[in-house]
Amino acid sequence: MESTNFIWDLMGKNLWSVVAVISLPLIFVLIYALVAILAELKVSAWIQERLGPMRTGPWGILQPIAEVIKLLQKEDITPTAASKILFNLAPYVIFTGAYAAFAVIPFSEAYAPANINVGLFYIFAVGSFSAIGIVMGGWASNNKYSLMGAMRSVSQVISYEIPAAVAVLAVVVLTSSMNMMEISRMQEGGFWNWYIFGGPGGWTKIFMIPFTLTLAIIYFIASLAETNRLPFDIPEGESELVAGFHTEYSGMKFAMFFFAEYANMFVVAAVVTTIFLGGWTSPFGSFLAGAGWGAFWFILKSMFVVFLQIWIRWTLPRFRVDQLMYIGWKVLLPISLVCFIAISFFSLLNLG
Amino acid sequence: MISEFGIVLLFFLLGAVFVGIAMVAASVVRPSKPNPIKNSTYECGEIPIGEPWIRFNVRFYVIALVFLLFDVEVVFLLPWAMVYKQLGWFAFIEMIIFVVILLAGFAYVWAKGDLDWEKPKPYIAKLEDLVVGKKKS
Repeated sequence: MESTNFIWDLMGKNLWSVVAVISLPLIFVLIYALVAILAELKVSAWIQERLGPMRTGPWGILQPIAEVIKLLQKEDITPTAASKILFNLAPYVIFTGAYAAFAVIPFSEAYAPANINVGLFYIFAVGSFSAIGIVMGGWASNNKYSLMGAMRSVSQVISYEIPAAVAVLAVVVLTSSMNMMEISRMQEGGFWNWYIFGGPGGWTKIFMIPFTLTLAIIYFIASLAETNRLPFDIPEGESELVAGFHTEYSGMKFAMFFFAEYANMFVVAAVVTTIFLGGWTSPFGSFLAGAGWGAFWFILKSMFVVFLQIWIRWTLPRFRVDQLMYIGWKVLLPISLVCFIAISFFSLLNLG
Repeated sequence: MISEFGIVLLFFLLGAVFVGIAMVAASVVRPSKPNPIKNSTYECGEIPIGEPWIRFNVRFYVIALVFLLFDVEVVFLLPWAMVYKQLGWFAFIEMIIFVVILLAGFAYVWAKGDLDWEKPKPYIAKLEDLVVGKKKS
């Protein structure tokens, strides 16, 4: 297997290079979370014609750091009625699950922390960690709001996992691979080779485009629901459940839930980028392609998807629970299955 | 020295260690003055009545069961998708049969109404309701 990790090439395999490989994504997540928090505040401000944070630093760019310092100083309250062990364990579970997904994300052709051949499957497996963490925290809080938020959240996460998984399945049918590095590499050579536009192939792939485009949209909608973002914000519906499953959490434990939410946003954005938007490949063929530009394109595309998530959050109102279940089970699931079967059919006819 | 899956394991460890470090760092800085009222369960300032750990609505479990079936379907179909292009039409027909059997169950659940969450049925008052001495319909 060719090297997919520039740190191995630079330093060889020793203790320090292993530490570098596993901590590089963590540094990235920390910086990304600060940027995303600021982006969320600023984008929401622009959408609502406000200025957003302006006092902390020039143009308010120190606001996320100020928020981290604030959360660091907050007292950590464990309710006496709560189940102590589970209550304290939930932030660990939820953040570990979110961070573990970064292990297979191909940031560039020269850097994927672990180039395993079941990458997409692995991301789905560790994605379920967030549901476990949520139900752990919500149940252990011994609070009615938390428990209702957790139950709603888990029923929502598992309902939307099916359409998302079927969308990924259709891409696996086209690629015959679950390795995220290989899937990215197959889409090299310009934006018309991305799987959102049917993947690489001759002109006959135009039959595929409606289906792959639909699946990309379905995956994006389902990923919003899986990360509990706003159109599907029922678990945290402020007007009814205070703060949902993390009502009782404060201080650093709350920060971990918050942090894990942003990390999960990036993970789903990275999956959309990798399987539908070409991963680290340049949209202009070999122009601006290469290892360094690969990281640039990957982060640019992922941040664009994160921006879409923020944009949608501040544009759409919240769905009701029954509408949410209706969309998940009776709209997205049948459509995704139809698209999946159509793509399987066309790929056998060698149209793709 | 270390395999790719070893790196994956280390990612889990580092995630947990990072949370641990953050907790320890916060415990150095933060105040800790608990009192019984602060540590009581939050319910918008009211004293909580009853236990939250009660029996829950059964529809959550129905959704979980249906999810389990579909998740198993996805787990079965992923290896199928990997070798799909080599197997050809045989695999396609086999997959259709598999999905149709699953969809029969799905149609049953749908027809039985287990996928319907409780819909709000607002009662719109009629003029007759206002007439004194008449029972509400």
